[in-house]
Amino acid sequence: MTTTASSELTVSAQALTRTYGAHRAVRDVSIELRRGEVLGLLGPNGAGKTTTMQMLTGNLAPTSGEVRICGIDLIDLPTKAKSRIGYLPEVPPLYRELKVDEYLRLAGRLHKLRKSALGPAVERVRNRCGLVDMGKRLIGSLSKGFQQRVGIAQAIIHDPDVIILDEPTVGLDPNQIREIRALIRDLGRDHSVMLSTHILPEVEAVCDRVQILHRGEVVFNDSIAGLKQFRGGQSLQIGLRNPPPLTELNGVAADAEIDAINANLFRVCPRSGIDPTDALVRAAVERKWGLYLLQPALASLEEVFVQLTHREDDQSERASE
Amino acid sequence: MIWTIVTKELRTLFASPLAWVVLAFLQIILAWIFLTRVDYFLTIQAQLARVPNAPGLTEIVVVPMFGIASIVLLMSVPLLTMRLVAEERRNQTMTMLMSAPISMTQIVLGKFFATLAFLAIVGGLIALMGLSLLLGGRLDLGLIAANLLGLLLLTGSFAAIGLFVSCLTTQPVVAAIGTLAAFLVLWLANIAASDPDSPLHLLSLLKHFENFINGSIAVADLIYFALLTAAFLILSIRRLDADRLRA
Repeated sequence: MTTTASSELTVSAQALTRTYGAHRAVRDVSIELRRGEVLGLLGPNGAGKTTTMQMLTGNLAPTSGEVRICGIDLIDLPTKAKSRIGYLPEVPPLYRELKVDEYLRLAGRLHKLRKSALGPAVERVRNRCGLVDMGKRLIGSLSKGFQQRVGIAQAIIHDPDVIILDEPTVGLDPNQIREIRALIRDLGRDHSVMLSTHILPEVEAVCDRVQILHRGEVVFNDSIAGLKQFRGGQSLQIGLRNPPPLTELNGVAADAEIDAINANLFRVCPRSGIDPTDALVRAAVERKWGLYLLQPALASLEEVFVQLTHREDDQSERASE
Repeated sequence: MIWTIVTKELRTLFASPLAWVVLAFLQIILAWIFLTRVDYFLTIQAQLARVPNAPGLTEIVVVPMFGIASIVLLMSVPLLTMRLVAEERRNQTMTMLMSAPISMTQIVLGKFFATLAFLAIVGGLIALMGLSLLLGGRLDLGLIAANLLGLLLLTGSFAAIGLFVSCLTTQPVVAAIGTLAAFLVLWLANIAASDPDSPLHLLSLLKHFENFINGSIAVADLIYFALLTAAFLILSIRRLDADRLRA
């Protein structure tokens, strides 16, 4: 899942803006996606994720800005550009009165698959999405998880260059989420995948790169490693049953900044590159501090947003470089 | 691509009981009319034989069936067209068509021709019922053809209007009521004008359809139905395009 700058640019959206009357749902969003890359679009509800995806798939015309799919302008040549995209909207577009096979064949025909290619294509996506025995079932009688899979299957039936999935794991049980994530990673190997979510661990589990939207603007655009760094990098959270005075702790981890979260819980932020973990654990055992918790102190999504919105000006400077 | 949409629409239409109910309802009504008219013809046949230039079997049995069918379809086409776009919007399946590499024009034409195909089945069944009289009598086939053409043109414009109204809303029921209202206004536009030369007569669907019933195919009527149908199809395409712009 490594990305190289040399791989082909499949999605290029420049300065997308969408206004509804006076309300600006999306402001000046630029997105670039290369083949073999999985991009996560992260943001709270109402951040503009769905609006952005609708503009990238030609379901919504941008107020200003331009979208190119594999170099084809989506506004000038919509049908040609759309044939390169597979899209799973927030609510899967399922005809409940059709059988799974009928529906997938329809999706294939809508995407101009030749008649001879339809059968093998349906077979392939059924295998890929775990729908092997479901071909004869009515879509309306399937569970939510299977309906979601049928939705993904219709998005990839024509083997598109770009796959856009709007909240693909919403409403699924943990097992199904794991399967869908594995499928997305698999698809990301030779396609470009873009998915939206409001779950931070999901982005870290499947994406190579992340863009965070907040109130219709991109406030963060970096690799997953960059996101982890931003969430707290090397910080640790340490819990002690018999905590020593703060000064003693500071003595053990001299290069780190230590704050008490409460009487037993401390946050340790290393200032230099030296990892204080070993020293802290050794001291905790020797001096009987009663160590019961030691974990990376990662900021939650809410905390990330607070930090991002506070340093928005800073970020926009970095982005313009 | 239009064909893909046509087959998809027909498949979903016949997957629901609605299409079958409409077909069955129409057949029952028309069969009943057919039988009473045949009965009536048999009772007056002897008197007709004495009248010079008397109306024949076709005028007495087959033509009234087309007249009745036009009224029944006026009431049932809204039920068929209400789902075309409104229901797809409500079920969020419209996104699938909008994201596929097909144009709005293809979507609209596909949905229109699917409805027209269903209406052609209805027209064909009526014609077949009439043609069954060939077993024991002689029919004016030209008159039947004119009636059939008139019914198809009339219901084609019904379908286009219904499709457009369905594009305006996300509620199928609202679409059905709106379509019915639009039909009644167009149907009865001539009643509002007592003056026989009033331009409102030109607007009335009924006036133009009457000519076909009488067996006269006039270019003016053909143009009227073609224009009406084309206008509402174009309006539908524009409306769906506006969806993308405004949403």
